[in-house]
Amino acid sequence: MATTIPTRGAHTPPPGDASSSDDKRRTWRRRLWRFDDLASPYAYIAPFFLVFGAFGLYPLLYTGWIALHRVELTSLDQSQWVGWDNFAKILQDSEFWTAVSNTFVIGVISTVPQLLVALGLAHLLNYKLRASTFWRTVILTPYATSVATAALVFALVFRADGGLINWVLHFVGFHNIDWGNGEWTSKIAISVIVIWRWTGYNTLIYLAAMQAVPTDLYEAAAIDGANRWQQFRKVTIPSLRPTILFTIIISTIGSMQLFGEPLLLQGGTLGAIGGNEHQYETLSIYLYNYGWKLGHLGPAAAVAWAMLVLLLLIALINWIVGRFLHKSAA
Amino acid sequence: MTTTTPANTTPGTVPAPLSTRGSGTGRLKLGAGQQLKGGPFTYAALIIVGLGSIFPLYWTLVAASHDQQRVLDTPPPLVPGGRLFSNLQSAWEQAHLGKAIVNSIVVAGSITVATLFFCTLAGYAFAKMRFRGRGILMTAVIATLTIPPQLSVVPLFMLMSDIGWGGKLESVIFPTLVGAFGVFFMRQYLLEALPYELIEAAKVDGANNFRVVWSVVLPVARPAMMVLGMLTFVQAWNDFFWPFLALNQDNPTLQVALGQLSASYTPDQSIVMAGALISTVPLLLVFVIFGKQIVGGIMSGAVKG
Repeated sequence: MATTIPTRGAHTPPPGDASSSDDKRRTWRRRLWRFDDLASPYAYIAPFFLVFGAFGLYPLLYTGWIALHRVELTSLDQSQWVGWDNFAKILQDSEFWTAVSNTFVIGVISTVPQLLVALGLAHLLNYKLRASTFWRTVILTPYATSVATAALVFALVFRADGGLINWVLHFVGFHNIDWGNGEWTSKIAISVIVIWRWTGYNTLIYLAAMQAVPTDLYEAAAIDGANRWQQFRKVTIPSLRPTILFTIIISTIGSMQLFGEPLLLQGGTLGAIGGNEHQYETLSIYLYNYGWKLGHLGPAAAVAWAMLVLLLLIALINWIVGRFLHKSAA
Repeated sequence: MTTTTPANTTPGTVPAPLSTRGSGTGRLKLGAGQQLKGGPFTYAALIIVGLGSIFPLYWTLVAASHDQQRVLDTPPPLVPGGRLFSNLQSAWEQAHLGKAIVNSIVVAGSITVATLFFCTLAGYAFAKMRFRGRGILMTAVIATLTIPPQLSVVPLFMLMSDIGWGGKLESVIFPTLVGAFGVFFMRQYLLEALPYELIEAAKVDGANNFRVVWSVVLPVARPAMMVLGMLTFVQAWNDFFWPFLALNQDNPTLQVALGQLSASYTPDQSIVMAGALISTVPLLLVFVIFGKQIVGGIMSGAVKG
């Protein structure tokens, strides 16, 4: 690959009887080729970096500037320096801390069961099955459903009086659970939506990783007398560790973004404040409410920076836990 | 997919999460770890999970085909009723869904076309071309995947209104024109699928770099581009957070229209469900037809967008 330049244009007439003007043309041409080779890779990757720079990196940094200013939704072109006031405002707001804790709680109760179920499902799909593609497609259909559709359907299904879930539960002795207004039940309802939408997707990622585990490992384990469960625990899980860590990171980032589910669970004005007691208000809802409902973009930008700090903290914890697991495994 | 990469089947190697490269065509062969047959328990579990996956969608149809009174009744309806078409019609008229559908098609379509072109170019450059800073730039591309859009929506909103795109479709199209996932996906595919000899041969024939892309890279990349195209379309069609902030009632995408239909006033639930049905059915059709390819695409190196 490194020496493609000299071989290029080998089909043009061989040198020898070439006049000096031909020579000039050839060096000119060679220069053009070289420029083409040098510049093309950068030209091909440029669109990504241009788009990311303009609509990703620049806004990200600009967020920091806005967070130190007073900017109102109604007058976007006016800004006034307020220093750390916006940060002080949100850090002293108990609603902000409620949103932090809600985001964390919903993140845990939606991610942990989801990944466990996905792991088990992937194990089942890894057996030799009839119509294996059919099963894979079926469990992936929720992925094709939008947040809006999923949230709206589940909002109906989780209705307090006469909702489908409550109707089913009344057969086993639970009566009229007020899903949307309960401290825990509302979080569970949101987690159910998340779990429903993403389990199939994670299953396929685990399945792909399981299929890459060499058969020899299982054979060796079987010779050592390991049963199926032991094989799953001692061969499959350790081989999947990088994939599992990866899905945990991705799910964590995903749960920081929860917006459509809480917004539409009860809909209307309740959705925009995350329930009458803010019982399911996530950080994204808090940001939206501050910036777009109340119209104060400065504090909203401060919330965005707080989210960045939280993400970095989570990444750090992930890294420490990952190292710890690695050490204890070795 | 794993059977096509001998490197992955070397005993003792632990595959990295992102290294499960595949053919991208969705033609999955039996993997190495797959030796046991599923028993009745396996099928029973799959049937339960499968029903759980499908039921909410089925119930959308049920709720969209009754009047609101029946939907809110106890016990809730479990089979479709006869008001589907009148509900669809009301949803269409009340929420301006006609415009929303056109907008969704324009947004998802242009994002998909741009993503395919630019991501294939970038993926090719990262996979097969030598240039200074390639490694670090690729790392930068992957790192951008971990930045949630929430972090930049406030200035993005100001920027859009500043350049006159406030409330316009451009404001939701341009930020997602070239995704990091697409670049990574195409790179992984071309790394394996495109032999250097093919590029060399074209260059010996006097092709310049863009000519190589046009007549060598694009044909080879076509299967992966199809998968990426479908994944991108699904994502763009379903995108909610940023479009909900950037667009308004007068010029929404389907998802935004749905969100507003339920958020703005006390809505007729069966009409909301009819709207949900309209927004979901096109993608379900894509899934029924191309399910195999989409499953293969996700398995051959997917990252949650």
